Amino acid sequence: MADFETPKLQEYPIIPHLKRGVMEHSSPFVAKPDHQASVGFPGELVDNWEAKAVEKLGDIARNNKAFKVFLDSCVKCGACTDKCHYYLGTTDPKNMPVARQDLLRKVYRRYYTFSGKYFPWLVGAEDMTQEVLDDWYSYFHQCSQCRRCSVFCPYGIDTAEISMAAREIMDTVGKGQKYCNEIIGKLHKIGNNLGLPEPALADTLEGLEEDVKDETGVDVRYPLDVKGADVLVITPSADFFAEPHIDGLIGYGKVFHQAGISWTLSSYASEAANFSMFIGSPDNLRKVAMRIRDAALDLGVKRIVVGECGHAWRVAYSFWNTLIGPFDFLDKNYPVPQHIIEVTHGLMQRGALKIDKSANDDRRITFHDSCNVARASRMGNFPGGQFVLPREVIKGVANHYFDMAPETIHENTFCCGGGGGLLTDDLMELRVKGAMPRMQALKRVVEENDVNFLAAICAICKSQFTKTLPYYDFPMDMIGSVHQLVSDAIVLGAKD
Amino acid sequence: MATINVAGKDIAVDEEGYLEDRNEWNEEIAAEMAKLDDCELTDSHWEVINFLREYYDEYQIAPAVRVLTKAIGKKLGKDKGNSKYLYELFPYGPAKQACKYAGLPKPTGCV
Repeated sequence: MADFETPKLQEYPIIPHLKRGVMEHSSPFVAKPDHQASVGFPGELVDNWEAKAVEKLGDIARNNKAFKVFLDSCVKCGACTDKCHYYLGTTDPKNMPVARQDLLRKVYRRYYTFSGKYFPWLVGAEDMTQEVLDDWYSYFHQCSQCRRCSVFCPYGIDTAEISMAAREIMDTVGKGQKYCNEIIGKLHKIGNNLGLPEPALADTLEGLEEDVKDETGVDVRYPLDVKGADVLVITPSADFFAEPHIDGLIGYGKVFHQAGISWTLSSYASEAANFSMFIGSPDNLRKVAMRIRDAALDLGVKRIVVGECGHAWRVAYSFWNTLIGPFDFLDKNYPVPQHIIEVTHGLMQRGALKIDKSANDDRRITFHDSCNVARASRMGNFPGGQFVLPREVIKGVANHYFDMAPETIHENTFCCGGGGGLLTDDLMELRVKGAMPRMQALKRVVEENDVNFLAAICAICKSQFTKTLPYYDFPMDMIGSVHQLVSDAIVLGAKD
Repeated sequence: MATINVAGKDIAVDEEGYLEDRNEWNEEIAAEMAKLDDCELTDSHWEVINFLREYYDEYQIAPAVRVLTKAIGKKLGKDKGNSKYLYELFPYGPAKQACKYAGLPKPTGCV
């Protein structure tokens, strides 16, 4: 299947020699007309698309001041050039963040700046052409919107905003990406990315209850659509479907069971993910998020808790209030929204969970900070809580924990290589190559500390690593949920 | 539109080789798809494929990996009711590869 070479892991990170155009061929499947229609975009490239793309670009620049500043303020200092995992893994210079931005910036300059209008050759301004569109489609789908480059940019230019805008412009003129748009359409119709209807979800959860009963002898519930429950849990649908994700879901249930908190899942809002963010579409973003508000009101819950999903936590933490707030109907004694890690952490802090750490003694664990949690949100009530809380939860349920190198964790974390709407088989080469920097950091703790478990709190990261770890000679099952660790260590039954 | 040729007839598939129309499915098509992946279908493969089709008929979706492993464990023995065994049968990932041979749409999302 693989007709590309997996990058070699080095002793230490090196900045690779440039190989121009080596990833030009990488381009995801294009959305079909019915996928496009399901998310409100034209089915194919519209007449006069060049002018319409330019017009849309102008609209975004007018309405989004940050975007305009990002386009105007780059001084080409080069600080970002070696910070992108896709550049480091592919060696294609167009995967340097500044070069990626310039694909769009050159068009912005041509039509919306004085110098670009009159002296385009002096300022690298270019017309919107088919060639430019092809480049956009390829290279804006080689950005996982992880925002690592923006940490190092002295002006704080956020390439993710530019890549989202580019995708929105392409959608507007009729060239969308199949993976994202098919999924968003499915969510509008059925309520989750998988297209998992209510009867299947109910059956799956019932099966989980049986499994947990078999394993522990305890009746842990995984409730669905329970009116009057205190907590509505919104989690990625991969938690119902995939491995290792489902072990995390089992863990959430055990935490609520042991803490005596009444909770429910919703079949109407059975998805935390909101891929509309990846394609930069505010209308879809709101429509997807609105299902959660509607479900919370319908079920009459007092709290909303978000499961292990990276970009969902960004959408929830940073955007929900404006998108679907106010949340005046929820209990003000709890954060709105609250992350499952915050729930478990809080309960552990006050000794509400009985833990047997030795249950994880066969594991030597490291933690992968997911980009959207690390660089676009927070947990707890202090800066950096999003780094501290997950680690404290892990250390609270396991005896052997080791961090990867500091330049690869916390706000410096490397993307798993599959974020931002790129977790699709048609981009496998990009995903494997983009995972390289994370794999390199992992290799070091595997060699130095015998690490055998990579914990994550994002469904995309978990699926991406399951697929890419074997390319780097690691076992695919070394990736798991933080709540899988909690699940194995939590002691169920009557409290002392 | 991509097609695969089975017994002299062109069958429409998508870019990744999944059937466009589930109703066209038959065992020859499954075998041909497997052949294209250098995979020969054994009775164990068929157990998985048949279970996927039954489950899909009832729920309009492929089963969760855990539901599948449990069902296969019941049919083929407990030592085979795990995803490691399923990966041996379907090295490209049981959820996707087995769905393809069973004529089901590809599971989408963060999976």
